[in-house]
Amino acid sequence: MATETTKTAIFTQEQESSKRQFRFNGQGILRWVVLIVTTVVALFPMYWLFANAFTPILATPPLTPILVPAFKLDNFERLLVNNKFYLNWMLNSFIVAFVVTTFHAFFDTLAGYAFAKKRFPGRNLFFVLILSTLMIPIHVTFIPLYIINRQFGLIDSLWALILPGTAWVFGIFLMRQYIQTLPSELEDAARIDGCSEWGVFRHVIFPLARPGIAALAIFTFVRSWNDFLWPVIALNKAQNYTLTVGVANLQGEFMTDWGIIFSGAALAAIPMVVFFLFFQKYFLEGVRMGALKG
Amino acid sequence: MTGVRKFFKQHGWSYLFILPSLATFALFTLFPVVWSFIISFQDYSLARGGKWVTPFYANYVEAFTILNGIFAVSIRNTLVYTLFTVTANIFIGLILASLIQPLSNHLRTFFRAAYYLPAVTSALIIGLTWAYIFNASWGFANWPLRAVGIPPVRWLSDPDIALASITLSAVLTIPATAIVLFSAAMGAIPQEYYEAAELDGAGPIQRWWNITVPLLKSTTLYLVVLYTIASFEVFERIYVMVPSGVGNSTQTIVTQIYNNGFKEFDFGIASAQAFVLFAMIAAIAVAQFRALRSDVEY
Repeated sequence: MATETTKTAIFTQEQESSKRQFRFNGQGILRWVVLIVTTVVALFPMYWLFANAFTPILATPPLTPILVPAFKLDNFERLLVNNKFYLNWMLNSFIVAFVVTTFHAFFDTLAGYAFAKKRFPGRNLFFVLILSTLMIPIHVTFIPLYIINRQFGLIDSLWALILPGTAWVFGIFLMRQYIQTLPSELEDAARIDGCSEWGVFRHVIFPLARPGIAALAIFTFVRSWNDFLWPVIALNKAQNYTLTVGVANLQGEFMTDWGIIFSGAALAAIPMVVFFLFFQKYFLEGVRMGALKG
Repeated sequence: MTGVRKFFKQHGWSYLFILPSLATFALFTLFPVVWSFIISFQDYSLARGGKWVTPFYANYVEAFTILNGIFAVSIRNTLVYTLFTVTANIFIGLILASLIQPLSNHLRTFFRAAYYLPAVTSALIIGLTWAYIFNASWGFANWPLRAVGIPPVRWLSDPDIALASITLSAVLTIPATAIVLFSAAMGAIPQEYYEAAELDGAGPIQRWWNITVPLLKSTTLYLVVLYTIASFEVFERIYVMVPSGVGNSTQTIVTQIYNNGFKEFDFGIASAQAFVLFAMIAAIAVAQFRALRSDVEY
């Protein structure tokens, strides 16, 4: 990252020297063959899904694969006419992701700030406790969560997804790392000017931590939107499904109308793809900070 | 009294700041983990609650013996899947990160984004797409075979190859995280190392093998752990590619936990199996910790 701040002259010089160091062979043709082939391999499944979704398919897809889409919306139209819940699923996914993201963007920043900058008895104990649970497979919690949610009549409601969704601790860890890198002088100055502790957070930390919060919010949203295993356990009725659960059930519902099935899967992917194209920088920053798998 | 007041005046805000996150964490993670551990020693039913089993480890024995030891087969399947997926991910990630490193910033960003794009889509959608690609009657995978006259392969319904097909789909998902992290770590290697090696007459491949690769050791280790844990927990891909399973050949640890817990509602057995998974992941994490500690010495 340091290279970004160094002077252009040094920068290009470094680029030049690294160009020599990493080169496998003089021609570099092999490099481009590998890069292009792997890019095609990476993007092909998605492309093929979209090509099928945008080409009218009434029953079974043709034996000669569709490689160039017809750019027609027939499949999507049938999907939305025949499946009365698809838009509900999308709305449910959005509500859950939005509430969970808002919670983490605010409360994880608050907790991250306390762990990063404040000294209080029990700080290390709490932090180690939080860290040590990061390796626990989430599957361990599903049975008690199911029992609790049933007890309180929350199964088949969005609360069953929202409440456990707020318990993800990685955001605290992430915001602590981020806020630790912020200078303390501004906080001290605000305190001297008579700011309360809340005021320091509200007017100094929160604005300064915005890029970190943006990265946290974006991948919390994606994580929630893409979640599947707990939702498929907690939701039983079709109108309550989230998008992933609904799409997984399309095949059972429409049997051999593959046009509907393809368009249902493609439409579920579109929001995240668009989201990624807009906020790419934050995604890759999030990966670097260690928050995303993929 | 004044001592208590002073304590709260000084630290009250700090505790207030961590309280909401800590409360949801305690309620929806910590408490369920402890309860689940208790259930793993009980015969639990939703109607009448938990009853201790005798001997106390009975669920752990039954976890491995029910249905002719299908759980042991599931662990074996998971390990096979993990071995191939993790090896391929590390290898492909390292090669691709090395290849994009000398490119211009724009091109490097382009390739990182292209490799990353599929990863923002849920594992479920990606899995579904692969299920369609592997469809025996019209899937893309059989098209080149048909063109040269080979009869269609039943990628996902033939018990001998279903797990291999699923593993192949995971291997062909380009490991974007590895590329981004390797790429960042390579950028941090001091240029002097390469210059010195070049003066000593080391060629590009030698420099890569003797400088780049060893210096990426801790990143590699981190990625191995990350991918191993993710592979141990594989579920969505299996759930959508082979919805009802292909005999025992596609059962994995988490599909077993899911089946026992939420199809059979045998919570005791499912909890015991979940803790077996926990133990496997903990073992990997401890091994990583040891390896990192031995690293600090030089």
